[in-house]
Amino acid sequence: MTIIPIGPYHPSLEEPELFRLTVEGEKIVDCDWKTSYNHRGIERIAEGKTYDQCLFLVERVCGICSASHPIAFCNAVEDMAGIEIPERARYIRSIIAELERLHSHLLWFGLAGHYIGYNTVWMWAWRYREPILYLFEKITGNRQSYAMMKVGGVRQDIKDEDLPDIMKVVDDLEPKLNMFIGVALDDPVLAARMKGVGKFSREDAINYCVVGPTARAAGIDMDVRRDEPYAAYDRVDWKVILGESGDVLSQAVVRLLELLESVKIIRQCLREMPHGPISVEVPEILPGEGIGREEAPRGECFHYVRSDGGNCPVRLKIRAPTYNNIPTYKVRVIGETISDATIILASIDPCYSCTERMIRVVEQGRETMGWSDLLTLSQEKTKRIMREMGFNEEDAFRGLRI
Amino acid sequence: MSVTLPWDIFFIIIFPGFLFTAAVGLFSTWVDRKVSARIQWRVGPPWYQPFVDIIKLLGKENIVPTGTGMTGYLVFPIIGFIAVVLVSTILWVTNWFPEATFVGDIIVVIYLLYLPAIGIIAGGSASGNPMGSIGASREMKLMLAYELVFLVAIFTPVVASGGTLSLGGLVGYQAANGWMLGNASCIVAFIVSLVCIQAKLGLVPFDIAEAETEIIAGPYTEYSGAALAVFKLTKAMLLFVLPILLIAVFMGGAWSPWTILEYLLILVFIILVKNTNPRIRVDQAIRFFWVPCLILSVIGIILAAVGL
Repeated sequence: MTIIPIGPYHPSLEEPELFRLTVEGEKIVDCDWKTSYNHRGIERIAEGKTYDQCLFLVERVCGICSASHPIAFCNAVEDMAGIEIPERARYIRSIIAELERLHSHLLWFGLAGHYIGYNTVWMWAWRYREPILYLFEKITGNRQSYAMMKVGGVRQDIKDEDLPDIMKVVDDLEPKLNMFIGVALDDPVLAARMKGVGKFSREDAINYCVVGPTARAAGIDMDVRRDEPYAAYDRVDWKVILGESGDVLSQAVVRLLELLESVKIIRQCLREMPHGPISVEVPEILPGEGIGREEAPRGECFHYVRSDGGNCPVRLKIRAPTYNNIPTYKVRVIGETISDATIILASIDPCYSCTERMIRVVEQGRETMGWSDLLTLSQEKTKRIMREMGFNEEDAFRGLRI
Repeated sequence: MSVTLPWDIFFIIIFPGFLFTAAVGLFSTWVDRKVSARIQWRVGPPWYQPFVDIIKLLGKENIVPTGTGMTGYLVFPIIGFIAVVLVSTILWVTNWFPEATFVGDIIVVIYLLYLPAIGIIAGGSASGNPMGSIGASREMKLMLAYELVFLVAIFTPVVASGGTLSLGGLVGYQAANGWMLGNASCIVAFIVSLVCIQAKLGLVPFDIAEAETEIIAGPYTEYSGAALAVFKLTKAMLLFVLPILLIAVFMGGAWSPWTILEYLLILVFIILVKNTNPRIRVDQAIRFFWVPCLILSVIGIILAAVGL
């Protein structure tokens, strides 16, 4: 029995998290995982910001879903305040969200290729993702963190003279997507690495409450865009892509076919987008609570907002899709080999920092393990290590007040 | 060998041996990196990049992990390195001076080519890192997978030439009777051995031992500084030596200027395979070598035995 750690620092992971795989030879027999190395306290920070400032904060929950979280937050606040946004704003929100899905899924497909050692797929997928980022820069001014959303509408209009450019990028992308779909479906070596790997039954998917492409790959017919339409999704024609076996290949295929649907949605939105105002005046927000759901590229993004009538939310609760999807890793990885461990992990498109939680320990009304307790613990550990290494522990803290 | 001692030293250290092989090998890794980069829409490094990489590594600190036997840890990289230098020397000397050959030198070459893999296995195991030991066990499984097939494939020309057990003899035979690739049996053996050298070089789809996204760097995880440089250099030299072995055995010997073209062809083939495949699992690699490749290579040697 050997323990193979994936993380906290690992060449294939860009965020800190730890998966301890207990292996016998190549086979994984057990798995233990730990996240929350990087808690940022975004929900707490939000309680001190106005609704307009909160938008910029929730945009930074995730570096990739920088349209999904703001839309979910807007949906929550608009639900709470009973705001109906203008038609044009709905279409613009859909266009931005679908462009984001294009770039996020292409990013994922490239990384999936990298995880199984197929670096050409990585570079090609990222190259075809690049025009979408240019497009974002053209429309919003930023390649990432677009700052497009606003409670009651959108902050910037899409100019009419930009429409042909958007259409052209999307048109150019479609054959490339078909090429990737062909690669994923036809390459026998790719199939050998992905087919049947990390299987996940429909029952497991329901029990673990998975969301997004992970759920759809296991055959669960769910998509917030259709089930609880927001933006312009009920005004255009598209369909939910379903897989069957829930393995890595079906997850890849579901994501790639979803890209074609996104292209379809963007085309229709561009054609049918009406002219008119892009935002409405937000009325005074009364005490109440609201829920916002959004189908992020990784799955359902959930925001809950409560107001006491002030200009800041008294509570903001965010649940990013990875929070639901990551516990499935254990059932999927046990029985597979170390070679498949990273691609199974990657197949849910994890986003760890969006998922981080912290624990407050309250014993008899007093909070233990607070800031000062943790500081003391940390300093004691440093001293212990210094002693073990034969250094004088006083030197370590000279000039520091303990 | 009938060559005199000072010449032996010159052969081993300077011309076909260490310096020449290292220079051409490193240059080949640049070709690999540049062509891969162009395939992947990247720019790629300048031509001197592999050389400065090695020089930089040589200047870095050599860290030996706590609890690791220092001697073994540092000797294992050198074993494979010396083996490749010797193989290169034998190959070139027998190609240019076929009279300097000795019976059975092809067997010596094949045995010496085991040593780089053994050095990696021993070094990875000695490093006392779980990633290193997993990588070493993978390299061992991979070696068990491809070595038999490689042996059968390389011995097909020996059978086809009527039992010439020396490299010089094979080169001479081909000079008289045309390339070995003219025989149906040797075409099969050549294809199989091309796949085998991909695995011997540890390139995609057979970079199973050092799969960076799975086990960080496998056997090399703990290596640093000069020891790592020696490993890298060995890999680079193999990228030159293994195609030359195939050229000597199958493509008429490495003595004419055409050798450069033949070598580039094999190199480009290796690079293309590397860039159009994902990494396969070690169990899949074993199945791949033991079923289709072994059957093919046995068919090849049977064809050679009946004179095709």
